[in-house]
Amino acid sequence: MNWQIHLPALALAVPLLGAFVSPVAGLGGRLTRNAWMVLVSMATTAICILLWQRVVAGGTVVYVMGAEAWNITLPSGLSWPIRIILEVDAFSAFMVVVGSIAALAGAFFSLRFMDKFTGLEKFSALFFLLVTGMLGMQLTGDLFNFFVFLEIASVASFGLIAFWRDRPEAVEASFKYMVVSTISAMFVLIAVGFFYGRYNAVNIAAVARMLHMGYAEKIALVFIVVSLAMKCGAVPMHMWTPDAYAEAPAGVTCLLVAVSQASLYGLFRVCFSLYGASLGSTVVPWTIIVMGVLSMFIGVTMAVIQKEMKRLMAYHSVSQIGYILMALGVGLLSLKDPQAMADYGFTAMKGGIFHIINYTMYKGLLFLTAGAVFYSAGTRNLNELGGLARVMPLTTFMFAIAAAAIAGLPPFNGFVSKLLIYQSTFAVYPLLAVAALVTSVLTLASFVKVFQTAFLGPAKKTFEKVTEVPASMLLGMSVLTIVIVALTLFPGWTLSHLVEPAAKALVDQAGYISAVMGGGL
Amino acid sequence: MTGNAPFLVVGIIFFLGMYAILFERNLIKIAIGITLLEASANLLLIVLGYRTGGSIPVYTLAGGTRTMVLPTPQALTLTAIVIGLATSALLLSLIILLYRHYGTLDVREIRRLRG
Amino acid sequence: MNPLSVVVRTICDIFAWFMGIFGVYIIIHGHLTPGGGFQGGAVVATMAAFLLVAYGGKKVLSFVRPGFYSGMETAGLLLFITAGFLGMGTTFFYNFLAGRGGLFGAVVPIGPNSGILNSAGTISVMNIAVGLEVIGGLSLILIYMFKGIRLFDDHAGRSESGHDR
Repeated sequence: MNWQIHLPALALAVPLLGAFVSPVAGLGGRLTRNAWMVLVSMATTAICILLWQRVVAGGTVVYVMGAEAWNITLPSGLSWPIRIILEVDAFSAFMVVVGSIAALAGAFFSLRFMDKFTGLEKFSALFFLLVTGMLGMQLTGDLFNFFVFLEIASVASFGLIAFWRDRPEAVEASFKYMVVSTISAMFVLIAVGFFYGRYNAVNIAAVARMLHMGYAEKIALVFIVVSLAMKCGAVPMHMWTPDAYAEAPAGVTCLLVAVSQASLYGLFRVCFSLYGASLGSTVVPWTIIVMGVLSMFIGVTMAVIQKEMKRLMAYHSVSQIGYILMALGVGLLSLKDPQAMADYGFTAMKGGIFHIINYTMYKGLLFLTAGAVFYSAGTRNLNELGGLARVMPLTTFMFAIAAAAIAGLPPFNGFVSKLLIYQSTFAVYPLLAVAALVTSVLTLASFVKVFQTAFLGPAKKTFEKVTEVPASMLLGMSVLTIVIVALTLFPGWTLSHLVEPAAKALVDQAGYISAVMGGGL
Repeated sequence: MTGNAPFLVVGIIFFLGMYAILFERNLIKIAIGITLLEASANLLLIVLGYRTGGSIPVYTLAGGTRTMVLPTPQALTLTAIVIGLATSALLLSLIILLYRHYGTLDVREIRRLRG
Repeated sequence: MNPLSVVVRTICDIFAWFMGIFGVYIIIHGHLTPGGGFQGGAVVATMAAFLLVAYGGKKVLSFVRPGFYSGMETAGLLLFITAGFLGMGTTFFYNFLAGRGGLFGAVVPIGPNSGILNSAGTISVMNIAVGLEVIGGLSLILIYMFKGIRLFDDHAGRSESGHDR
């Protein structure tokens, strides 16, 4: 049997194995533990890329856990779609690749960054559990398992955010995140309950096939939109984002950015594949668009006034999430109208999906550079930093690339995706494009401020002994830098090979359903 | 009407939990609110799977004429309970740590992160 | 926390064993009766709570080693994931032992029966794995929470350096 059939399961099983073996590997000392961490993250990334290749070449992959078929057939001939399935279409595969690259960079970075902490075998176990949760959310074809993986990712990230447990701020941030994400997970569970009560199924494809818009479905949709917007840090519920991102260890923050993308994935999977054209009114798309605009604007205005480096970047991630929400909201708005879809909707989807990979890469890199500055200089306060370009040239270089990309300066990848978003949202409502442009300018302004205060300027006496960070941390950062440069150099290839299949898969609800159900039921 | 009473209970527990989370100031009470929310979600699943007069869905009773309640929501609820246990344990541990650091359980005084 | 009275301790001596046995019963009958690895494990882990309450923290912590429980936890997790990987011939987590005969694979007759203990294949293996994991994990949670309360006394001087040089 061809082993590549098992790729979707391996993408979950390998990090899970990594998590469970970590305590054993920790017995062998620091070198064994680090080697294990590198090995597992590289294997996970390789599997995810192979999986993506397979999906792009051969269409949607469906994998059934622990059985041969997606349904259970009783001797009486009754059959129910109750198996645990993984369904990987091009959009999931794209998200999985993005997430695993961020995880790889975070793992490399954490090898030395976490040096001074105790209990590191627990750190790597939690890290891989977080990776498993994230990949599971993106691979699963089942609403209840989405909830389970959401909780796995949440519980692992609570532990990781509070990992520096002697620091009151870290524990406080973790508690705040925990309250928010437990509430949102319970909302998801209640929504799953509604679906189960109506259709006796939790399989996304099975529910989508039978879906009729009624009160129960509307309530479930509200619960899901609210909870997942809460989890990905859109504006009315964004208060946990700056705390959690700023207080988590930098390698973990890089991964948390990717995990918030998984919540975003869930939101769009539900809106596009589960509800699709039966959404009916334009209320939900406009809610998402307005949430996006508010996130963009409020996030960036809060970021401009921050004095702490990681907190500033965390507010920027609120505003970048806004771009993605707005673009995919526009796509959702034009879902029912083929003409609008061809005119601007599909461009918006492409822009939004391209922005997902761009955002994860450069935001992860920015958090890693902030971590590197913190590791070497011992402070994140912009008022105290200065002149680091002389002592940390490589970090400075990578920060400059990431900052240029997030600000959307022309040759960089951030510019391409933002341009697609400007074009398409202008066609819907010009004010949206204006808001996006203003946000972009403010982003540029605040990163110029960071670059100027932290890296340029005269060398400060306090930082005379500061040196460049160790090689493994540089390696972690350069993984992301290479991806950013590649995306910058080959935007055409990226759009046609990575982004377009994903956008098409997201729009194609019938394809998603028939991949699982075939002609059945 | 009486058939809907369990759903009413679910709603009441849900709103009690939300009230505790939003308006209480003691960390332990917030934790209780979160567990109430979990309880309401679990109860909702169980109630959805109930069939009047149904017996427990156990393999050895299969094939009789009696109706059984649906087993799937029970499996879902068990999973949710296990996850809820992990969350509550971690929640209480974090509260212990917070108390150690701040010396108080009042949320108004635990706010070193702001702005 | 001080030890409770001799009545409580005697009752604990007797009932702790019943509790352990009942927990193990729930674990290995997980596929036939309500319960399973998690529930049985929780019952067994209650033993730790029982001992902590009856005998007081100092005495229990002096002879309980957390390493034992984390070893149990790791063993359970590894057993679980190994059982998953061994099913890889068909699919991940496939029940490759069911219906094969042997210790776990007795064939189940169709129709009502009194339940055959060794019939569930990898489900039993996973119940045992989860049971081990939960016994270890829950006992550790109880012990560490108890220690956390005591940390106020002896915490000074053991703080982590983090990145403050």
